[in-house]
Amino acid sequence: MNSAKLLNDQGQPQAVPLSERVHWIGALDPNLRTFDIILKTANGTTYNAYVIRGSSGVAIIDTVKEGFSADFFTRFESVADYSEIRVIVLNHLEPDHTGALPELMRRAPQAQLFISQKAQSMLKGLLKQNELRFTPVLTGDSVSLGDRSLQFLHTPYLHWPDTQCTYAPEEGILFSGDVFGCHFCDSRLFNDRVGDFRFSFEYYYAHIMRPFKEYVLRALELIQPLPLRLIAPTHGPILRDRPEHYIQRYHQLSIPALHSELSAHQKTLLIFYISSYGNTRRMAEAIYQGALQVEDVRVSLYDLEGGEVAPFVDLIEEADGMILGTPTINGDAVKPIWDLLSSLTVVNLKSKLGGVFGSYGWTGEGVRLVEDRLRGLKLRVPIPGLRVKLIPTDDEILECRAFGLELAQELMGIRENKQVNLADLS
Amino acid sequence: MAKATITFEDINVTVTVPAGTRVIEVSEKVGSGITYGCREGDCGTCIMKVTEGWNNLTEPSVLEDKILRENMAGKHNRLACQAQVLGGSLSVRPV
Repeated sequence: MNSAKLLNDQGQPQAVPLSERVHWIGALDPNLRTFDIILKTANGTTYNAYVIRGSSGVAIIDTVKEGFSADFFTRFESVADYSEIRVIVLNHLEPDHTGALPELMRRAPQAQLFISQKAQSMLKGLLKQNELRFTPVLTGDSVSLGDRSLQFLHTPYLHWPDTQCTYAPEEGILFSGDVFGCHFCDSRLFNDRVGDFRFSFEYYYAHIMRPFKEYVLRALELIQPLPLRLIAPTHGPILRDRPEHYIQRYHQLSIPALHSELSAHQKTLLIFYISSYGNTRRMAEAIYQGALQVEDVRVSLYDLEGGEVAPFVDLIEEADGMILGTPTINGDAVKPIWDLLSSLTVVNLKSKLGGVFGSYGWTGEGVRLVEDRLRGLKLRVPIPGLRVKLIPTDDEILECRAFGLELAQELMGIRENKQVNLADLS
Repeated sequence: MAKATITFEDINVTVTVPAGTRVIEVSEKVGSGITYGCREGDCGTCIMKVTEGWNNLTEPSVLEDKILRENMAGKHNRLACQAQVLGGSLSVRPV
């Protein structure tokens, strides 16, 4: 076999054994440079698909991107016949893993399709067929192939809501979907043979898994007890050397970094501002002073002009709330604020506390626009933004202090029951 | 006009609203932690727990039921972007 291209002596793509009963039937895509718009890859990727043979039939786990279907089918044909396929499992419906599915179902119409509970409407959206037959599965469900079996683990949001893992207990193999994967293309396939892919592994986690750390930890609770010989992800190297090392790394990357610095009852509040003439800065300092009055709020004040975006994103990920201060220039918040806000999709912001303030000269739209953006990012914004026309007066500085105090109290849950009328809400 | 109240338990705020108001029309304005994605009943992001007044809400549509099932929603969960309060009092919180 030509190991560089995984071809047989006749130049045809060939399956690669993971064990006597399990083969890799995926495809190499060394020319890919950008994945899903958001990720770069300097040496391409692989679309990993697998076939497992039991005494009563064959199962295919995932497929490949449509343009790579020929390699996938040829590799499959090197180890099995379409009439033997009893089961098709899709761990994740993204097109790079389901591209060959319509043709596969045409070639193996007898096969039963297994997808996760959350994948049902996505499958219809992808294939645009109303008459699809499939079996939705959850943790605890399994399918027998005779002397081999497949057990399903519900692991949503790793990386889409639909994602699941499939475990073959008799083989000790976890078909993990995108979990533990990376964009790294090396025809030697196995982690103990390929080049150094540590950067790709961490980079992939940072862009795909990081927003869903809570879900990663829940998934690891299902995965860690499994006796594992090998992890077979859908991208990048197959992890047969110390697979537990990659599970541990996911755990390390997913636990909060700052918690050891905080008491259980403390909350963190970040104030970011940018200011051209010092007016928004004076507001920020007063808000900071107001927030400092609330015990157990660990409040920090940062000038966006003095930092890079990435460390601020790290801080926000760990914080309980953030308050942003922006002037309005030409009817909009300023670019450093938008640069920060457009970098936050890699972290989970759901239900964090948000607030906005700023000085303006003419119209003051910036504060409202940023409030809308915070709501769009799924923060809660309980107190209307605070705007000051040009230079804050002494009374307005007191308002800023009260704003900071109120937000800090809100963060700590210090509040009396409030009765309001919908008509009075802005 | 008939009135109803919606209490957001996570922030301890009670809002008086006209009957027929959807929870989504109120929760963001008061800063509740109920969050939204598609805002049209398709994604399941805004699943909320109804702790009181379940019967004061409109019945879930077939589509809402489907999304709740697909997302394995618990008992007394509804989509905040779909559920309308018909009258009386309602208490909700994020799940």
